[in-house]
Amino acid sequence: MTEKQKLVVIGNGMAGARTVEEILARGGREQFQITMFGDEPTGNYNRILLSNILNGSYKEDEIFLNPLSWYEENGIRLLAGKRAAGLLRRARLIFGEDGTPEPYDKLIIATGSRPFIPQMEGITLPDGRFKPGVFVFRTLEDCRAIASYAKGKISAAVIGGGLLGLEAARGLQNFNLDVTVVHLSGHLMPQQLDSSAGAILKTKMQQLGVNVLLKKHTTAILGQDHVLGLRFADGSTLECDMVVISAGIRPNWEIAAGCGLTVERGIVVDDQMRCVEDRNIYAVGECAEHRGQCYGLVAPLWEQAKVLADHITGRNCHAAYHGSKVATKLKVMGVEVASMGIVEPRDEDDEVVQFSEPKRGTYKKLIIRDGRLVGGILLGDISKAAYLTQAFDRNTPLPEERQQLLFDLGDPPKKVTYEEMNAATQICNCNGVSKGAIVACVKAGKRNGKAVMDATRAGMGCGSCKGMVTEIVEWACGGETEEDPAIHYYVPGVPLTKPELIRAIRERNLRSVSAVFDYLSGGKEDAASKPGLASLLKIIWKADYEDERDARFINERVHANIQKDGAFSVVPQIPGGITNPDQLRRIADVAEKYHVPLVKLTGGQRIDLLGVCKEDLPKVWRDLDMPSGFAYGKSYRTCKSCVGSDFCRFGLGDSIALALKIEAEFQGFDSPHKMKLATAGCPRNCSEAMVKDVGAVAVEGGKWEIYIGGAAGSSVRKGDILCIVDSHEEVLKYMGRFIQYYRENAKYLERTHGFVQRLGIDKIRAVVVEDSEGLAERLEREIAESKAAYKDPWRESYMGPEANQFSSLLPVLA
Amino acid sequence: MTRNMAEVKLGPVNSIPPGEGRSFAAGTEKIAVFRTRAGAIFATQAQCPHRGGPLADGLVGGTVVMCPLHSWKFDLATGEALFGDCGVKTYPVRVDETGEIILTI
Ligand code: SRM
Ligand SMILES: Cc1cc2nc3c(=O)[nH]c(=O)nc-3n(C[C@H](O)[C@H](O)[C@H](O)COP(=O)(O)OP(=O)(O)OC[C@H]3O[C@@H](n4cnc5c(N)ncnc54)[C@H](O)[C@@H]3O)c2cc1C
Ligand code: SF4
Ligand code: FES
Repeated sequence: MTEKQKLVVIGNGMAGARTVEEILARGGREQFQITMFGDEPTGNYNRILLSNILNGSYKEDEIFLNPLSWYEENGIRLLAGKRAAGLLRRARLIFGEDGTPEPYDKLIIATGSRPFIPQMEGITLPDGRFKPGVFVFRTLEDCRAIASYAKGKISAAVIGGGLLGLEAARGLQNFNLDVTVVHLSGHLMPQQLDSSAGAILKTKMQQLGVNVLLKKHTTAILGQDHVLGLRFADGSTLECDMVVISAGIRPNWEIAAGCGLTVERGIVVDDQMRCVEDRNIYAVGECAEHRGQCYGLVAPLWEQAKVLADHITGRNCHAAYHGSKVATKLKVMGVEVASMGIVEPRDEDDEVVQFSEPKRGTYKKLIIRDGRLVGGILLGDISKAAYLTQAFDRNTPLPEERQQLLFDLGDPPKKVTYEEMNAATQICNCNGVSKGAIVACVKAGKRNGKAVMDATRAGMGCGSCKGMVTEIVEWACGGETEEDPAIHYYVPGVPLTKPELIRAIRERNLRSVSAVFDYLSGGKEDAASKPGLASLLKIIWKADYEDERDARFINERVHANIQKDGAFSVVPQIPGGITNPDQLRRIADVAEKYHVPLVKLTGGQRIDLLGVCKEDLPKVWRDLDMPSGFAYGKSYRTCKSCVGSDFCRFGLGDSIALALKIEAEFQGFDSPHKMKLATAGCPRNCSEAMVKDVGAVAVEGGKWEIYIGGAAGSSVRKGDILCIVDSHEEVLKYMGRFIQYYRENAKYLERTHGFVQRLGIDKIRAVVVEDSEGLAERLEREIAESKAAYKDPWRESYMGPEANQFSSLLPVLA
Repeated sequence: MTRNMAEVKLGPVNSIPPGEGRSFAAGTEKIAVFRTRAGAIFATQAQCPHRGGPLADGLVGGTVVMCPLHSWKFDLATGEALFGDCGVKTYPVRVDETGEIILTI
């Protein structure tokens, strides 16, 4: 075996890491020993999403593209946090800042750019550091610094009204700051918009609460030892507590210039992304200049990375980069802007198609040359952006009917559009996924949108292309996306529908989750399927179910609801919302004794003790000495009640007594999803019984209406009336039949509203009320058996059923 | 890599019920140890790389653990993320002749 070549990459940003990915994808691991210098201390993250970090819609850990483990797994030596400081071409050595040399055979420079800092007084302190309160917006570190400084401040200014400046401004609003954008020229986003569009955008930003100052040349940052304001060339000033400078970028070319490589605006490269003087050195990304162009967007660098990788690995030494056409979108919530190509006509013959409705904030302008799109601005309504971007990118002739370009007058059929689309057209700009890659993925067997997105990472960045990815998948599947057969399974890990599964469980007398895996899925356990199976087995076998603790979700193991920090919430049973001084006193004592951080009245008419640590759970229950409210379970939860006929002047029926009976009947019942019930003493419905999974509402004449399939969570639906009955006992009977029918026939995690809509109220009424299938007697029997099998789990738990169940951390012995 | 490697005893294997995990404090590190139904034993970092969920409280199926907070999944043997963007650190662990769990960190 020949010795591997040493490949060194300077810069571990979006271009550097992507280029390495492309090289690995071409078998580069066999060819090269790869080392990467990264100035930033982390793995590679999606810089585009920094705007989303600032505006709070993403968390830091959600934007990593290549975590540190990726480097390790791919045999890459990452010198994280290490800056490359010098380059000796003759000796083929790179030097780290500490002077350590690193030899290379091939070198890739991917140093990106840095924010441009215009000339102003008072930017820095005497020691050369930024004055506290002055920031740029380029790295994760910058975001953190901005976020921590912004706390408690009142106002912020952003210098620069370009794309990034506006994103920064919206992000800063997230910290409750009064934000002003200060812009040098006469309209916002001058690179992407003309003045009319710029004016509309200004109005929009102001409506969103961002102040905009145009034609303001900042000459000084005021404040002795921290930012107090800005001064402008016209003598006016602006008070602010912090300032983010976003006035453009400058490529980082120093390392190349220092060793005699040609540098103009960026490091000059040929069509193979190679430096002209040195065949062993490549440059890629924002630091590179190709045919006079430096790019400041990711789409071009994905193309560059592919060409570079083809060339350096020898896969295709004729691969050539011919430059990119750039289209941009503003990622600011509440403003839709898309722009491509030029913003003003340049040739005499350039044709301009325009529509403007400033009041509604809509503006559309296309510049057409020789029947093809050379520029476009869409503001307010960007529904045509996908189509236009593609026409621009591919340089395809436009339809004669120009109106079609701006408005949906019945699109050309989708099929034609995607058929014509070039395979190389990039669909996901965050992760650089082309139409071709999506189609290939469909051919390889992923036949629905989600599966393709999981496999290609398309749509997993800013998310704006998800719709298009789904459409392309549909198109590539000939309009028939295949449902994943697994969606019909009761749980993903056992390939059977619910009726098939129940039959198999009964026939083979399978009483535990592990027995189900052994007999029905070839012994293959699936973590995600365990709770669903446990629930079903308990419904089928009741007291004879063989409980395996590990099959329970943690909530069901410790009988409390796990919270974001691993602590738990405890909700004791309070049926109908009826409690008494003794219970309240015990709850208060427990809250005090165990330093419960939050005591809260819930929407379910109960009391929640939040933030209890795991070790304390058994003691908390013992002291409370109240049954579990099952607020954690996929099970019967609670029955709310209104005041009812005993006290309320409108009350027609005793809703409280009914709620207590309901709770005693169904408490602790496992079910496909949670079941929340309520009773109301009259149709004023104060306890919201009509929008509960199951509800009972008293009506004139001593009758009760039974509602099923109501919802008031993420979906809102008024329940359907199952039947109208005369007594509490009948309410219990029909509710019971319905609940058991639901338990046996709903898919796991299907709420009653989904179930009732899926089967239809007529069908359910026929089975449950009219007994059309002769099931009624059995359903009632099953309910009675489940009721008999009920045990309060809390009592069982503080007897200590399992080793160390309630320890969150065990000590080591030696 | 042998620098500072140490073996620590975590107590008898039946302190972890089959198919479950428990967290241990080993010096400054927190380690989750899992015992599968098939009898294998694995150790990983205790906290989920996503938002710090307690992995030992997760559901275990075969050699996969699923975090209780947002269902990221990890292969216990390799630490690889089967769902989620980032894997977990794994540690060598075994059960000795006396039934004691021995972890190497
Ligand atoms: C405590 C409570 C909020 C409150 O302070 O009032 C609450 C808290 C939680 N709700 Fe809720 N819900 C609470 C009443 C409701 C209600 C109103 C009601 O029950 O009358 C609804 C709308 C009705 C419904 O159930 O749809 C409600 C709709 C949800 C949903 C959305 C369900 C849906 O499919 O639409 C979820 C998410 C889920 O279940 O997947 C949810 C999930 C949750 C969880 C359990 C999230 C979780 O899985 O960790 C929350 C636990 C917080 C914690 O750390 O303890 N909670 N939640 C309420 C407890 C009521 C009780 O005493 O049992
Ligand atoms: C907030 C924000 C939002 C953006 N939004 C979009 C958008 O919506 N769409 C879009 O297309 N583009 C957007 N961009 C631009 C996009 O992020 C860049 O085009 C892209 O990151 C360029 O990649 P790069 O690898 O060339 O540079 P970078 O990603 O900056 O990577 C360069 C890396 O090299 C390191 N480095 C530099 N010098 C050295 C050295 N001497 N030694 C070691 N390491 C070094 C740097 O620390 C950096 O990590 C946005 C940028 C920002 C900052
Ligand atoms: S539902 Fe009727 S009985 Fe109940 S409180 Fe409201 S008005 Fe009174
Ligand atoms: S914390 Fe583990 S999946 Fe979110």
